Amino acid sequence: MTLELLEVDKLEGHTDRVWNVAWNPAAGAGVLASCSADKTVRIWEQSSLSRSWTCKAVLEGTHTRSVKSCAWSPSGKLLATASFDGNTCVWQNFATDSECISVLQGHESEVKSVSWNASGSLLATCGRDKAVWIWEIQPDNEFDCAAILTDHKGDVKMVQWHPTMNVLFSCSYDNTIKVWWSEDESDDYNCVQTLGESNNGHSSTVWVVSFNATGDRMVTCSDDRTIKIWSTDIERMQSGEGYVPWTHLCTLSGYHDRTIYSVHWSRDGIIASGAGDDTIQLFVDSDSDSVVEPAYKLLLKKEKAHEMDINSVQWAPDKDSELLASASDDKTVKIWKLASEP
Amino acid sequence: MVSGLINENPIIYPKKERRLRSDSSNTDEFTPEPIDQLEIFDHIRDIKDPEHPNSLEDLRVVTEDSVEVDDENSYVRVTFTPTVEHCSMATIIGLCVRVKLLRSLPARYKIDIRVAPGSHATEDAVNKQLNDKERVAAALENPNLVEMVDECLLPSDE
Repeated sequence: MTLELLEVDKLEGHTDRVWNVAWNPAAGAGVLASCSADKTVRIWEQSSLSRSWTCKAVLEGTHTRSVKSCAWSPSGKLLATASFDGNTCVWQNFATDSECISVLQGHESEVKSVSWNASGSLLATCGRDKAVWIWEIQPDNEFDCAAILTDHKGDVKMVQWHPTMNVLFSCSYDNTIKVWWSEDESDDYNCVQTLGESNNGHSSTVWVVSFNATGDRMVTCSDDRTIKIWSTDIERMQSGEGYVPWTHLCTLSGYHDRTIYSVHWSRDGIIASGAGDDTIQLFVDSDSDSVVEPAYKLLLKKEKAHEMDINSVQWAPDKDSELLASASDDKTVKIWKLASEP
Repeated sequence: MVSGLINENPIIYPKKERRLRSDSSNTDEFTPEPIDQLEIFDHIRDIKDPEHPNSLEDLRVVTEDSVEVDDENSYVRVTFTPTVEHCSMATIIGLCVRVKLLRSLPARYKIDIRVAPGSHATEDAVNKQLNDKERVAAALENPNLVEMVDECLLPSDE
């Protein structure tokens, strides 16, 4: 059975590079947000009849510089956007009149990423000021700063909450991945682990961390042109035994020729990667019989997926998980379908 | 602003006569000429040094050989030599070269910029900054920096 990544649609409209895309978790594969160096965020919707995509809303006039990252709350009702202007905005009401209901200020320079925890009660942001901020949402949709974490030695590129637990992960220009946890479930977060070169970690800037569905594995990608897979005993951690460290499982190298800007793990277990070599590649567990080392193998390589660097790849949520969105320096967003060749 | 230049007395090299292109063997008017080393060097040789009224070529910060190009694979790497080892202008120079090439080369091109190995005290740190696309993009949204870069990229009057 040969698999193909078929281009289903190309979303045009942004007037500068697109940095990030995010599927609305409540709308299945029907609603997508994209954010760009053109300072706007676009909301795209797929028509259930024609299956074509149109731009339903343009969120503009609020951010004064590039919008680097966008993330939907788990309920799908709110959208958080992080910008080089130092602010993180939270938006609602996309069907009618998208409004910015909150502006989170505090970072001293560009904000690079924003992430909601699984329950939607916490937001995390990070930026060039090397800090990771945790915010708590209050009943009136106000956000209070719960913690400011400053262990990283460089620009923090991304934050990502664990899919099931309130454990926060961040990755940085300092080549490390840090894990933050509050033992007593208070606001007292500490850096409980740093994954660096001595732990078989990356040798250059780490751009993204993404988890598999069960949360016992994570994948990271880097300027060092490798993809690394890590694992932990999540059941032990969930049973309240205290912090259980992550260990390196496998490194995928030699697949991308340039910086790998994005990786994303689908609910079905397929890892997608997007890089500066204009390719999108898919990897899966090789199910090898070797007990010694679980290995991952290349499932598919899509050359010239875009005309320029790919900045973000995201699998659609559950319902239609064979759809993948990609964002590029070529100012477009593409929708792909993973299908088996007839 | 304090007027202490990093390098008060840079060496200014004698101007080299510009090499004329030999007859091209490509007579097909529809096939684009592959972009070569000289073409890329032509884009960057006249960039002005941020501190002196001289070009990067005059100061031998870049030479024709500092350009490595592979047009078939849309790849270029420019290795530049700052005039002094502790030159804090190194990142500005690198940024100017990158911006000039971004504006001059087709979008398909992948551009790497680095300081000549051994020519700078914090070589790795400078190279990392110059090749972090996000950092470069954010820097270019800073109006003061853009003004400085545009000054260096202005064609000279001669």
